Amino acid sequence: MVTAPGVGRAGVLAGVRAGFPFAIAGGLLALSFGVVAQGAGLSQWAAILMSTIVFAGSAQFAAIAIVGGGGAVGAAIVAAALMNSRFLAMSIALAPSLPGGPLWRALQGQATVDASWAIAARGDGTFDRALLFGSTAIQYVFWVGGTVLGAFGGGVLGDTDRFGLDAVYPAFFAGLLIKELHEPRARRVALAGGVIALALVPVAPAGVPILAASLAALAGLTRQAQADTAKRIRVGTAS
Amino acid sequence: MSETAALIAGCAIVTFAIKAAGPVALGGRELPLAFRSVVTLLAPALFSALVVTQALADGKHLAVGPETAGVAAGALVAWRTGHIVACVVVAAVVTALLRAL
Repeated sequence: MVTAPGVGRAGVLAGVRAGFPFAIAGGLLALSFGVVAQGAGLSQWAAILMSTIVFAGSAQFAAIAIVGGGGAVGAAIVAAALMNSRFLAMSIALAPSLPGGPLWRALQGQATVDASWAIAARGDGTFDRALLFGSTAIQYVFWVGGTVLGAFGGGVLGDTDRFGLDAVYPAFFAGLLIKELHEPRARRVALAGGVIALALVPVAPAGVPILAASLAALAGLTRQAQADTAKRIRVGTAS
Repeated sequence: MSETAALIAGCAIVTFAIKAAGPVALGGRELPLAFRSVVTLLAPALFSALVVTQALADGKHLAVGPETAGVAAGALVAWRTGHIVACVVVAAVVTALLRAL
């Protein structure tokens, strides 16, 4: 066991600040979820309950798209699991940074959401828990709040695609991606990950191409990449 | 209503299990340099895949549409300014304008 530093109030507040812009963007997505979910046959309260206890945007959209298209509940749950499969890679990456017993670690792992995971990364393969918890907390508030607004006020919006809200999600990830592209190796990995994903789109169920793209990160196994990581660990680069 | 309850409960359970799996299996232990080196490159690989599968594909088909241009415009804003809110708003506005044409 490694001893991880405690979670300080200042660190959590820093996480809340860092997560705030992502929370706003996520709130827009949640707004559109609140509207779309009703189109798929969920009641207002069901949409809000789903955002409250699932709290995984891409999985929620994937699941209701299947149910709304007349698909089976089981198929919708499988689609949600596949969309979430990237969190398996992220949660494995996070694992060494989460201390405590198995149950406590499982609960801390629930804070794994895309933007927080990226914000909390120190750049040396470890993660800052306080930043993770703070940025996830603010995103959760906006995720649920946005869903409430969409569920009860969305009727006036009508078709959210008309407002380009379907572009919000990929743009959100494009914004996260751009912050990762400072180094040539990261740019090559991003390119490889994109190519792997696109190649699998026609043949694999949604979500699988994304998990498969994580194979591009194996470029980190080269001697040079490991030497660079070792250097960052020694310098203690805080991101 | 019971179908909806099953849907929500099922999605909640699989999401919980996936996010718990890594920390439960591997938590609280120091992992070798090779692992940490791969982890540092996971973000560009995953986020790139998330962008291209949504901006360049529609279901199982590769496709470009108004949202592709919108996302490109948003990405440009994120690159030049670093503002995530401006990025998503520009992406939505450009997409909406192209659809309205």
